[in-house]
Amino acid sequence: MKNKFKILIIIGCLIAIGTSCEKIIPNAPADDEILDGPIEGLTPEQNRLFLNGDVAFNGDVFSSANGLGPMFVANSCGSCHAGDGKGHPFTTLTRFGQSDTLGNKFLLIGGPQLQNRAIPGFQPEKIPVGATFSNFTPPANTGLGFFEAISDASITALADANDADGDGISGRPNWINITQYSELRPGTIVRNGKYIGRFGKKASVYDLLQQTANAYNQDMGVNSTYEHYNTYDNQEIDPEISNQKVLDVVFYLKTLKAPIQRNQNNADVIAGKQLFLNISCGKCHTPQLQTGPSNIAALANKTFAPYTDFLLHDMGQALDDKYTEGTAMTPEWRTPALWGLGLSKNSQGGGYHLLHDGRAKTIDQAILLHGGEAEQSKNKFQQLPSNDKAKLIKFLESL
Amino acid sequence: MKKLLTLFLIVLLAKQGFAQIDPDLLRVPDRDSARIKLNMDAVYDRPFLQVAKLPVALGGYAEANYQYLGSDGVTEGHQFQMRRLTLFVSSGIAKRIKFLSELEFEDGTKEINIEFASIDFEFNPLLNLRGGIVMNPIGAFNQNHDGPKWEFVDRPISATQMLPATWSNVGFGVFGKKYLKNWVYAYEAYLTNGFDETIIANSENRTFLPASKANRDRFEESFNGAPLLTGKVALRNSKIGELGLSYMGGIYNKFQDDGLVLDEKRRLNVFAIDFNTIIPKLNTFVNAEWAWVNVDVPATYTEQFGGKQQGGFIDIVQPLIKKPLFGFERAVLNAAIRMEYVDWNKGNFSSTSGNISDHIYSIIPAVSFRPTPQTVIRLNYRYNWQTDLLGNPAAKLAGFQFGVSTYF
Repeated sequence: MKNKFKILIIIGCLIAIGTSCEKIIPNAPADDEILDGPIEGLTPEQNRLFLNGDVAFNGDVFSSANGLGPMFVANSCGSCHAGDGKGHPFTTLTRFGQSDTLGNKFLLIGGPQLQNRAIPGFQPEKIPVGATFSNFTPPANTGLGFFEAISDASITALADANDADGDGISGRPNWINITQYSELRPGTIVRNGKYIGRFGKKASVYDLLQQTANAYNQDMGVNSTYEHYNTYDNQEIDPEISNQKVLDVVFYLKTLKAPIQRNQNNADVIAGKQLFLNISCGKCHTPQLQTGPSNIAALANKTFAPYTDFLLHDMGQALDDKYTEGTAMTPEWRTPALWGLGLSKNSQGGGYHLLHDGRAKTIDQAILLHGGEAEQSKNKFQQLPSNDKAKLIKFLESL
Repeated sequence: MKKLLTLFLIVLLAKQGFAQIDPDLLRVPDRDSARIKLNMDAVYDRPFLQVAKLPVALGGYAEANYQYLGSDGVTEGHQFQMRRLTLFVSSGIAKRIKFLSELEFEDGTKEINIEFASIDFEFNPLLNLRGGIVMNPIGAFNQNHDGPKWEFVDRPISATQMLPATWSNVGFGVFGKKYLKNWVYAYEAYLTNGFDETIIANSENRTFLPASKANRDRFEESFNGAPLLTGKVALRNSKIGELGLSYMGGIYNKFQDDGLVLDEKRRLNVFAIDFNTIIPKLNTFVNAEWAWVNVDVPATYTEQFGGKQQGGFIDIVQPLIKKPLFGFERAVLNAAIRMEYVDWNKGNFSSTSGNISDHIYSIIPAVSFRPTPQTVIRLNYRYNWQTDLLGNPAAKLAGFQFGVSTYF
């Protein structure tokens, strides 16, 4: 009788444990607290493609056995984009060799990207004498499908190359050469044989396929049929990664969700957004844009809030590294998207590393390093009472 | 023809063996597998069955479990696993010559390993020669890893994800013991094949000594021609407990090939300390191990692969009930807890001087029921906090594990 009672207790405990499984695992973070995850509205087939890309992006690690290097910057996509967020200075990459709009004169001696690491037994690359350079902290890679799906016309509509409206802000697209494998978007605008770049710190990349193939090649030293010249000796070699893998990652990047704003009904956040617009930050960090047609229905004709205009702006001397890409001038940078800014600390090791090279350790510092076309807005920010500054920063942190 | 002959011999021997099996002839040592003499004795301290005049003794253990684990709201659901089926074969070849072996099937037949297969020659209690596939005596767990001895479903993280348990290699060495009243002094020293470059070039994306286990060639040839030295000294007092100090080190990279220099010689060094005791009166069993790993990682390689690691675990097992239960005469119900920590990359980023994280904390409260000393039914609750290289918010993993393990 006593034993039967014990057995019943044990069985009861096991049933209790079994039925409480869902409650014993740690909770998922709120959707607006993380950057990874797919956009809403993907089909089951697209979900499978997304997962394939997720595995390739966050799971694949390269070593000398599967194509890493010999020279490289990082050995996996996830090394630079932890949690799909902004990167940490330890994987900051360096570009060198172009100081004007005529092109990179160091392409045959390692340009444009420095591979500052090497597999054992090899030596990493060094910046050639006489080459100017700039350091680029890895950007967040969320919401990039929206970037891809915006039309060229929407971008040019925001441009004001000659500052016709006299507001001191004169954004213009970066007109670039595109790769042979890039597929032109519907409505692509061509000017003098050049196309509008939209990805990268200088908007020197046309699409996500180029961005991805280039990252495999230049960041990891992994060749594909798209980028088949080895960064080590500039020789054409067999692909080290399949086209399918590259395309899986492209699909993943296209369908990563856009960052979700937090606390958007908070009074300070609402006031901060108004201040942001009042001091003309929104003239470059455009609050809202619309995508055009897309072969992924969930991305077609959607309104999104990236806080960028995809245009180049002169940011002044302090941010002029004397290095450039495409037809951008050296002090010109593509307006970085501000969405996801508040979550940057969660992917950058608990602190901010902002601006193109991570030199700003707070949002306040980042604003104060603005110059050139942003000089007036910066001055207006400085003149704000401290509680208004706090509200504006609270708004930025909500993004 | 050769195959046919081999098959015939196997069938013949098997037939004879089965024909002679009679439970009365089986000799099972009456012992408690959870309480051993010294960790280095673990390979001898296993239950073997000797069938009449059969020249070999047989044994083994099995481990199966169920788990439901989830990380940050995502779970793989209900998982049933056959973690291990291990077979022992031993033979007393002569009075002081023994053969011992351990063949392990992990996760069904996903991994099949000869974990141990050595011939021991005893010249003197203080001088034994061992040759074959030996388990490198680093820390305590590597040699003393049999599932039924532990109250936890998972093996310690530091022992399997930092140290490479179960880590065995082909080599030779010596060992010995000396008894003085309440004390036992022991030593082991082996030269074996060793690690390879995968410890800093692997899919784990961190310095990972267990990566070398995938190199099957190490049972045939050394990766670089340089031997791995593993040595341990241990002392045990019957009233205090056992303390072990161990070292394992050698060159892990291919520094030359075909007479050509490929790289400078790069070493790895591992130091470990282990301790176990039974607290008198309470009868609480405490078992702990801590290890430090130093790897010469090229400065021009990525900081993703750390040059220094450290970690360990402590198990505390408290018998609660020791009396006949459910018809088992020597049943014991234990409460236990394991606490673990591993830092896979100890150091600072050169770019920011900030701490490199890549560490894990884990705690596992457990209940175990031993119907016999050599069999355990265990229920664990695991909770991990794992932080990535950059120190971003920790990923939390938790869930229940239920398992059974027994010698046979």
